[in-house]
Amino acid sequence: MAVATRPLEMGSGRVLVAAHVPPVFEIRALGKIYRMGAVEVQALRAVDLDLYAGELLVLLGASGSGKSTLLNILGGLDVATSGTVKFNGRDLTTADERALTRYRRESVGFVFQFYNLIPSLTALENVALVTEISRNPMRPEEALALVGLSERGRHFPAQLSGGEQQRVAIARAIAKRPEVLLCDEPTGALDHETGKLVLKAIEKVNRELGTTTAVITHNVVIGEMADRVVRISSGRVVEDRRNETRVPPDALTW
Amino acid sequence: MRALDRKLLRDLARMRGQILSIAAVVACGIAAVVAMGSTLQTIQRTRDAYYHRARFADVFASLTRAPESLAARLRAIPGVSAVATRVAASALIEVPRVATPATGYILSIDPAAPSASVNRVHVRTGRMVARGGDNEVLVGEHFAEAHRLRPGDSLAAVIDGRLQSLHIVGIAHSPEFVHNLAPGFAQFADSRQFGILWMHRDVLGPLHGMEGSFNDVAIVLAPGAREKQVIARVDAILRPYGGGHAYARVDQPSNRVVAGEIDQLRAFGVVMPAIFLGVAAFLINIVLSRLVATQREEIATLKAFGYERATVAVHFIGYGVAAVAAGTIMGVPLGAWIGSRYTELYKPVFRFPEFHHQTSLPLILLAVGVSALAAVLGALGAVRSAASLAPAEGMRPPSPAVYHALLVERLGFGEGLSSSMRMVLRSVEHRPMRTLASVAGVALAAGVLVAGIFAFDVARYIGRLQYTIVEREDVAVSFTRARPARAALELAAIEGVRAVEPFRSVPVRVRAGSRSRQIAILGFAPDATLRRLVDADGRAHPMPPSGLVITTTLARALRVGRGDTVTVELFERGGAERRVVIAALLDELLGLGGYMELGALNRLLGEGPVISGANLALDPGTGTVALDALARVPGVASTASRRGMMESFERMISENITMTTTIVSILAAVLAIGVLYNGARIALSERGRELASLRVLGFTRREVAALLFGEQGAIDALGTPLGLAIGLGLAHLIAAAFASELYRFPVFVTARTYLAAIGVVGVASLIAGIAMWKRLNALSMVEVLKAPE
Repeated sequence: MAVATRPLEMGSGRVLVAAHVPPVFEIRALGKIYRMGAVEVQALRAVDLDLYAGELLVLLGASGSGKSTLLNILGGLDVATSGTVKFNGRDLTTADERALTRYRRESVGFVFQFYNLIPSLTALENVALVTEISRNPMRPEEALALVGLSERGRHFPAQLSGGEQQRVAIARAIAKRPEVLLCDEPTGALDHETGKLVLKAIEKVNRELGTTTAVITHNVVIGEMADRVVRISSGRVVEDRRNETRVPPDALTW
Repeated sequence: MRALDRKLLRDLARMRGQILSIAAVVACGIAAVVAMGSTLQTIQRTRDAYYHRARFADVFASLTRAPESLAARLRAIPGVSAVATRVAASALIEVPRVATPATGYILSIDPAAPSASVNRVHVRTGRMVARGGDNEVLVGEHFAEAHRLRPGDSLAAVIDGRLQSLHIVGIAHSPEFVHNLAPGFAQFADSRQFGILWMHRDVLGPLHGMEGSFNDVAIVLAPGAREKQVIARVDAILRPYGGGHAYARVDQPSNRVVAGEIDQLRAFGVVMPAIFLGVAAFLINIVLSRLVATQREEIATLKAFGYERATVAVHFIGYGVAAVAAGTIMGVPLGAWIGSRYTELYKPVFRFPEFHHQTSLPLILLAVGVSALAAVLGALGAVRSAASLAPAEGMRPPSPAVYHALLVERLGFGEGLSSSMRMVLRSVEHRPMRTLASVAGVALAAGVLVAGIFAFDVARYIGRLQYTIVEREDVAVSFTRARPARAALELAAIEGVRAVEPFRSVPVRVRAGSRSRQIAILGFAPDATLRRLVDADGRAHPMPPSGLVITTTLARALRVGRGDTVTVELFERGGAERRVVIAALLDELLGLGGYMELGALNRLLGEGPVISGANLALDPGTGTVALDALARVPGVASTASRRGMMESFERMISENITMTTTIVSILAAVLAIGVLYNGARIALSERGRELASLRVLGFTRREVAALLFGEQGAIDALGTPLGLAIGLGLAHLIAAAFASELYRFPVFVTARTYLAAIGVVGVASLIAGIAMWKRLNALSMVEVLKAPE
């Protein structure tokens, strides 16, 4: 499947979105209700959205807007209450636990705000943890090189800075050559300079590997590095716009 | 109720599984203290009161014969408060309706004399013997109950070779015979085979040729007297009269057994609670440490609001106290109940005028106090870190744990390890003390089980050895007295009797220098197949054509070896003495005994071919018919069926085994579950984030569970074999503690017992595992990962 998206890549890393190419994700009337005790929280309300192969998408929204819920459903971490999400034509909303695990294992890379590295494994071993259970992974060294951490492979998380830890998390997410990379506030716990290093790594992966990438942030500036910016508020898509050009992360300031 | 107390109660409710599992371990510890302690105190208190009231003597001596006038010289020894001279005799007793003749130890009593207050005999039923009575006797309770003897019954007894008819006037006990044991009669473990009797001095004296003389003395010391000096003076006075080996109360046979039992109870009463309370302290330590780690922010908030260190410390100690409180509620009644059952077990063995189990309040306070101390010690580390946490620091996430490469990796052997394997091994290595303590907990559980039930393996082994290898007859026939060898022909003539092998049993005292022991010498033919010389390992040895074979225990007691000559005193021949060479030693489980070739034994006795009975083999299927016919042969005292004895032995074991195995298994399981369940809960809590990350990365539930259980498995794999070794070690200690001249038991542990220990650890792991599996399934990936560390 991952191979099927390759022909769409262009030399520059930009992607041609042709009308006849089916989207990677096809989201229709997606709704999600959380029950917290007696209270019902409507996290998503009838969201319609398509994600195309190779796209770098930034999801903007305030906290509680529902953007994380959307990302979690896309990543197979959570299930919808109503509507459908199709991944390459397969319906994720009807998939069982086992199918979702397989989906996460084969097709999705995740990056979280709080890195979530395994403290007892070195950087290289954290990456190897994923390559050991994947069908067509890159070598762990290769993944670390991609995020510029070749020299830090033998260090344990406690010996790495926050930015370095997040880049290891990115290397770990992409080492399996996933079709999609989902990043939830990847710079949320980082300072400005370190955050940019992390964004560069994400942008590089998207450009060089052509991995469809969705980045969640509440930082409007980060939207400038994307192909497309989708703004979510109170569980609804309130804006969906395409950037004329992608601004390199180095050039972003906030 | 203060808000902080509400928090404590709600936390406890939330953590009830962990708190209860710890409370169960505490309860076992408390129950062990209360059960062992109350039994010990009951025996000790009862014994001390009885000894005091009945004026139990401090020094004892036996001699050949001395004139009564010598008593005045004994009384004159400084430090002596009272002297009771006695006549002691041994007798062969024929009990109506019962098997082989029993052995009796008869002691004189003079109710009118002032010395009667020493070792005062208390008549439980019937009356005291009278001066002019017609061979009146008091019978000791042990023997009386074993044979259901009552005042009014008569016994036939052979005293000094003369048959006497003894008339029972009362059933009695004395501080000298709390346990049914008399000096020189150590081989009789069974109250049916050995009894204590008292006769009036004026009656026993003439019967035993001791008119105006005595051959035994009991001495009460004045307060502050020097025991050693008194014994030396007594020996000096009695040496010309065949004495010279006086001994103190500590060596008095009955008292030694009672004291030994108290020592054992004390040892168990310290070791068992130490194991359980040690494990409880460890569990409280790990659970509270984790609780403090997860509540860093709450603690910081409390402090920010102005709560003092001491208040926070007391709050966290409260969790440990709750576990002890719950353990007390379960443990104290359980311990009191076990203690009362235990005391019941001692009642037939130890005879006191009154013997009531009591659980004292100080003991309960001690048990609870020790448990509370263990809990506080366990809680200390966690409480200190909670109390010393600075509010600002608590608001920040803790710095991440620093891990290192495994030792094996640093040595260069880490090549083939998968990343998940590394995770398991590093987290095991990361907290070496906790891992070691968990391993120790599992090991103790397995060890407690092996040590708790191996005795049944031993009993089965001894039973099998005794009833299938040593004794192979179908029926053992005993005559009322020795009969000519042709009596065997009468037995052989009975229909269904296939083989007859005669034996001769002779009670003697074997002497070597100043050391002596009373035993029975068993004589049988060298070619006998139904009864043979068999050692502790089940190997048969040939009967030497001449000379005496003695057990290794007897050889040690007499300090003699093969080729040495010993003196044999023949009770049946009025104490006539013979010299005999020790031809061989036999390493037997039952302590004191001797064997001779039948012809050689008869020659030693100066008798022609005489036998005491015969071992018979019956034709299959002729059982009861042949037995009935045998019982009608004149002069047959008893017919003992080997199968019957084997069955009653098996029944006795199976009655005990279910109860004991159940209790011990529960104890072991409580330990194992406490350790494994809490260990897994904490692993899950500490590593929830890690495990959720793995699930996000696409690891299946099974794969994630394998990691969590991998750690538990590593602890099981290390702890279980260690536990089996600990169990075997404890078994050796227990065997050594119980070994005596009467018997010793081999340490023999079957694969089944080891498997039971492995099984208990396995079941405990499974229970802990299922609880974890449920929690693992409920683990929300999203929630765990969204939160900061």
